[in-house]
Amino acid sequence: MVLLPAFGYLPVLGGNTFHLEAWQTLWAHAGLQRSVLLSYFSGLITALEALFIVVLFLAASQGTLLDRAIRRMVSPLLAIPHAAVAFGLAFLIAPSGLLVRWASPGLTGWERPPDLLIVNDPLGLALMAGLILKEVPFLLLMSLAALPQLRPEQRVTVARSLGYAPGIAWMKCVFPALYPLIRLPVYAVIAYATSVVDMALILGPTLPPTLSVSVLTWFNDPDLNRRFMASAGAVLQFGVTLAALLTWWLGEQGVKRLCQRWLANGSRASGATAIAFGGRALLLAITLLAISALAGLVLFSVAGFWRFPDALPGTFTLDHWLRILPSVAKPLINTLSVGLAATLIAAVLVVATLEHAARYQLPAWRAQWLLYLPLIVPQVAFLFGLVVAAESVAIRPQQALVVAGHLLFVVPYLYLSLSEAYRRLDPRWAQVALSLGVPSWRAFWQVRLPLLLAPLLTACAVSLAVSIGQYLPTLLLGGGRISTITTEAVAMASGGNRRLVAVLALLQTLLPFIGFSLALMIPRLVWAKRRQMRGAA
Amino acid sequence: MTPNRQALRIKQMTITLAGETLLTMHRDIAPGEVLTVMGPSGSGKSTLLAYLAGFLSPAFQAQGALYLGDKRLDALPAEQRGIGLLFQDPMLFPHLSVAGNLRFGLPHHANNKRQQVAKALEQVGLAGFENRDPATLSGGQQARVALMRLLLSQPRAVLLDEPFSKLDTTLRQEMRALVFGQLREAGLPTLLVTHDEADANAAGGPIIALG
Repeated sequence: MVLLPAFGYLPVLGGNTFHLEAWQTLWAHAGLQRSVLLSYFSGLITALEALFIVVLFLAASQGTLLDRAIRRMVSPLLAIPHAAVAFGLAFLIAPSGLLVRWASPGLTGWERPPDLLIVNDPLGLALMAGLILKEVPFLLLMSLAALPQLRPEQRVTVARSLGYAPGIAWMKCVFPALYPLIRLPVYAVIAYATSVVDMALILGPTLPPTLSVSVLTWFNDPDLNRRFMASAGAVLQFGVTLAALLTWWLGEQGVKRLCQRWLANGSRASGATAIAFGGRALLLAITLLAISALAGLVLFSVAGFWRFPDALPGTFTLDHWLRILPSVAKPLINTLSVGLAATLIAAVLVVATLEHAARYQLPAWRAQWLLYLPLIVPQVAFLFGLVVAAESVAIRPQQALVVAGHLLFVVPYLYLSLSEAYRRLDPRWAQVALSLGVPSWRAFWQVRLPLLLAPLLTACAVSLAVSIGQYLPTLLLGGGRISTITTEAVAMASGGNRRLVAVLALLQTLLPFIGFSLALMIPRLVWAKRRQMRGAA
Repeated sequence: MTPNRQALRIKQMTITLAGETLLTMHRDIAPGEVLTVMGPSGSGKSTLLAYLAGFLSPAFQAQGALYLGDKRLDALPAEQRGIGLLFQDPMLFPHLSVAGNLRFGLPHHANNKRQQVAKALEQVGLAGFENRDPATLSGGQQARVALMRLLLSQPRAVLLDEPFSKLDTTLRQEMRALVFGQLREAGLPTLLVTHDEADANAAGGPIIALG
């Protein structure tokens, strides 16, 4: 649906013939080349860095106290919406941000904020930093979920008994088996990073912005003829993401070739210490950065008068919270109703699918990859198509459409987080129930579902967090009229009232956090008297 | 307990996987009789149990028929066959209390559920355990609750899947006596799958070897 208008066909706007005018205007647009390159490279570099950090940590990780502490600190980071991470980082590294304040004037000698373009820098470094901050927890959790089936301890033990240092042993014996399992999440990171909109609006370059942001601007342009150009841009965005994925894939093949020799050449010594140190240091740095970013948001949200080089505000106040709360009631309700509706629908769909597969002992579904398509195709590209399609059959932007859009992203995550638990549940539980003469619907409600309560609630919390973080689907499918905390926060990004933005970003973080807390607490309360149920989840 | 005691009859059963025959059997198990099936792992014991209980994976093809008396079972879903299962793990539902587990076994319209549960617990020396969390019971206690849960569901036939292999030696003897005693008293046809000769001897019935 996005293809037609790209070639000039959109009857609603009087485009009845196919032509290449949209592409000509697009090519002629100043800064297009730079936008494309920014999107392409920021996506690839982000994925490479994030994967590098995660792999290095996993190779170094030995299950020590520090390692487990780092892991535990990383997981909650996944729940923080992209926009909130972006704001936190922006407030941290901006010229008048926390880092400069803490170092000034002692180290820098600055009495006034330096005139530097750190956030929104033309090379997109801040954007990449923000993306890495957000994608590292994602890749780490995906890897941790995939690892147990590879029995990494066993592999490392064997290699160590052959004289390999632990880090090298992991790299040579575990990583080659792990990578195929996390390939899809890595591709999702590339696709996301090449086409992200909300983070790019907050942290990314402005003149010109990344391609996806440009496309959004054209799409929302009052001059409706720009729509054709936006459609062409969306198609181009798809191409850019595809090119990045293709580059990555070629790189994969190259690395595979090169490493074949290294894997079996028997070299044991080099780099073990670097891995052991670097792996932990990098991930720890990422975690601390994210935590400081969050702390920065809290500081700004309660800051009263705050003179520049002071490390802390002179006065604290709850004014910003009180001032903004009445006006965010509506977005808050929208956020929750869309999030809960999408989660509920997704949970019913996913559980029904999994239960059906378990009941009839079906093998893994072959069309599974279809489910993950929304995670790999750039949002800008296919959401525009959806909007155009909805308009052409006269469906007005509305809340139901937003829920449907969120479902596309919520379902894959819910499926990802629940299918493993469902698969691992001992089939004998249901068999015992049935052999006691209980019909299968009762076996489901009274045995399988209660046993899966904890993973189900966690999966719901994940999907709620995904829904809360959605910016583009909410904006486009709601026609800009369904405002959520996320759209409000991003809309205020350019306005520049840091304290109000901080309040919104914190609210945005608070909601998924509440969801995850409930998912942890409810099973503990329900199963307070059942010892095995508390350990099981 | 059950008024009409009937034989479990396995008729001309052949189970194949991808065209290859895994297992054949033609055999009646009389009420109160324990048929022991022995064989090394991989000999198709669990496939046999899955077929009888109604959980055979669609990857397998089964021919022949399964009857209880004159009633044909192999076309019925698992929950309508009246065939009870005892695994090597007690498989007490961890989210239910001891009484909850026993009630789960009772037929939906049973009368005096509370009394039946109390009586069942008393029978195996666990009187007053109704409100306990199954996870706080010892292995032997859990095994006894699992047996009573099975019996309360009033099965017409019973399958035992190495039910004693995880108990320690002294407990094993005690449980064998209890299980076989109860099943014989109830007059149920029983099929025992095991690789332990002592199980087979304690069962005291005919033995067939697979594989």
